[in-house]
Amino acid sequence: MTQPASRPPATVKPPFWRDPAKRALIFQLLMLAGVFGVLAIIVSNTLTNLESRGITTGFAFLDNTAGFGILQSLIDYSEQSTYGDTFIVGLLNTLLISALGVIAATVIGFVMGVARLSPNWLISRLAAVYIEVFRNIPLLLQIFFWYFAVLRTLPSPRGSLSLGEAFFLNVRGLFVPAPITSSGFSVVIAVFVLAVVASGIFSYWNRQRQARTGQRLPAGWISLGLIIVAPLLAYFAMGMPLSWELPELKGFNFRGGITVVPEFLALWVALSVYTAAFIAEIVRSGIEAVPHGQTEASRALSLSGGMTLRLVVVPQALRVIIPPLTSQYLNLIKNSSLATAIGYPDLVSVFAGTTLNQTGQAIEVIAMTMLVYLTISLLVSMFMNWFNARMALVER
Amino acid sequence: MSIEKTLSRVTEKMIDSRPAPSDSIGAVAWLRSNLFAGPINTLFTLFALYLVYLLVVPSLQWALIDASWSGTSREDCTGEGACWVFISARLDQFIYGFYPSEETWRVDIVFAVFAALIAWLAIPKLPAKGWVAIVSLAVFPFIAYFLLHGGSFGLEIVGTHEWGGLMLTLVLAVVGIVAALPLGILLALGRRSEMPIVKSICVVFIEFWRGVPLITVLFMASVMLPLFVPGEVNLDKLVRALIGITLFQSAYMAEVVRGGLQAIPKGQTEAGMALGLGYWRNMGLIVLPQALKLMIPGIVNTFIALFKDTSLVLIIGLFDLLAIVQAGLADPKWLGYSIEGYAFVALVFWVFCFSMSRYSQYLERLLHTGHKKR
Repeated sequence: MTQPASRPPATVKPPFWRDPAKRALIFQLLMLAGVFGVLAIIVSNTLTNLESRGITTGFAFLDNTAGFGILQSLIDYSEQSTYGDTFIVGLLNTLLISALGVIAATVIGFVMGVARLSPNWLISRLAAVYIEVFRNIPLLLQIFFWYFAVLRTLPSPRGSLSLGEAFFLNVRGLFVPAPITSSGFSVVIAVFVLAVVASGIFSYWNRQRQARTGQRLPAGWISLGLIIVAPLLAYFAMGMPLSWELPELKGFNFRGGITVVPEFLALWVALSVYTAAFIAEIVRSGIEAVPHGQTEASRALSLSGGMTLRLVVVPQALRVIIPPLTSQYLNLIKNSSLATAIGYPDLVSVFAGTTLNQTGQAIEVIAMTMLVYLTISLLVSMFMNWFNARMALVER
Repeated sequence: MSIEKTLSRVTEKMIDSRPAPSDSIGAVAWLRSNLFAGPINTLFTLFALYLVYLLVVPSLQWALIDASWSGTSREDCTGEGACWVFISARLDQFIYGFYPSEETWRVDIVFAVFAALIAWLAIPKLPAKGWVAIVSLAVFPFIAYFLLHGGSFGLEIVGTHEWGGLMLTLVLAVVGIVAALPLGILLALGRRSEMPIVKSICVVFIEFWRGVPLITVLFMASVMLPLFVPGEVNLDKLVRALIGITLFQSAYMAEVVRGGLQAIPKGQTEAGMALGLGYWRNMGLIVLPQALKLMIPGIVNTFIALFKDTSLVLIIGLFDLLAIVQAGLADPKWLGYSIEGYAFVALVFWVFCFSMSRYSQYLERLLHTGHKKR
């Protein structure tokens, strides 16, 4: 018996197309070349097309006069303002509707999610019906419904629905009292800020004291008292420097107060109600994800019902809830661009809509719009990731 | 004392158990534990009942009892309740758009074949799923295109500007999802690749499309895409919208696929490599077939989202179901029936989306057997 021939020594190199490292390198270079090739073709096509249509590129158009009015603006804006101003007005309006939408959707969503888990059969069924109905109907349709079928069919200002002669709802929108501050109100604000800071310091001290001695003062009540009572005292001490300007019917419309345009109302209601249906499902599954043993264990440790919820169930449920909640917030912000369908002046409507039509600067306008949304998405997800990391389970 | 004497006092028959107290079984007990378990619970129940009474009774009165159902014009509506005449008079337009009425049988055939294929794929018991899937992905789209668009086999050409209504909604959603799936698989594989350049290109692509709203994508498709192609190429409005939707959707699809791929244990890939399979055969024969099965619920959910989002195309001037109803509402002959119009569209979308979401939940339960602890 002879020994089986040993394998040839490994010094013989495989051909380069069989070497995974080299293959990966070549493949990546080819892919890079492909991507740049496609980009180059697109750029050259675009330049040719722009030249043949006589469109000049660049951002100089931002300094030109816009010449159109905008329904709602958070900054001073007139028809003499520039396209740069329309961009800012649109951006601020988008941020406004997004922020208010996120707040309302969170509140409605949490209430509905908890109601879905209610031991009361009827309440839980109603919440389920709410979730299944609003989740499965397109958002655009809901916006149209609130705008065209509800708010546009309201009575004229003379027959407006009113609440206590202070709030009026009619086809022109919602009219609410406006706060008028006189001198001295800044003191109240300062006291309020101080009270918030002081209650923060106090609760920190309280925690330290609890860790040291095991004693604990009712931090919640004391902070609440501090934050509410101190500014109230300051308010009366300064001679009540706040009054309300009520909207009044003058001629054919209301004057004074704050006007909330129906476009804003419709968008706000639709966005909140639609997103809240998704948030409710997230909240429900998050709470259900906390094992029942956790509740039982904390009751066995003689924590009260409220403490069980606050210290045991909610922190664990939040861990499950936060990542999908983030994507719902992002969806809401992106969906606020549907404003353009009913003419609420958000970024897409005034900038990618009117400005684009007037100037024809498609590339610049669309790129700026997309960049804004990308930045917002990135910032929100960075914040929520930070929050999530804070909330996440600390493991050894 | 003898044992017989003792036993004589013991009954030999089993005594039947007494019925449970009447307030702990049946409807009464159910009511008590689910609706009236204490004062606060009772208060909630009464409040909810009042709410239901406020909402449901007038809606039913309006939508069913007082409604007018038949007729041809608004004069046939009594004005008391809903005027469903508006829907029935325009139903053809809502379903087929501006498709010539003598050609609508072509749309019907496509609808019927599509429904049959989907039903075959959706019912777990039917055999030969693979072949049906291949037919519906590789053969059916061409048949559907030739039938809908025409131009050969003696069929008259029906340009895409005449498409509309529910038919257009379905075309947009189905083409969007079917075209996005292969792109999404490639992107997901790229994102999980170990090659840094491939990975970063895929990550940037996915995160870009996921970070912008669909409206801006549609705007881009309708105003920027014509600039990107050589001047002599003229892209159809529908094709532009489809390109935008596909790119947008492929990013979302990639994340679904990535989720499915992550659920496959690494040992599967390693075993495949130990058997001498290369990357593509490993993926195609071992990982993807297992992962795709897990992805179906996710794909259905993405499809639901896309199906609802197709209504946005009305902003770039395509007449999908919502847009065509919205246009019908502006008709002077039918002013003031917006609630009926929206209710109809809402019902159609709701039936589609709700049944799909139920199906996806059913699939999730089906797929979780053996994996998840109860």
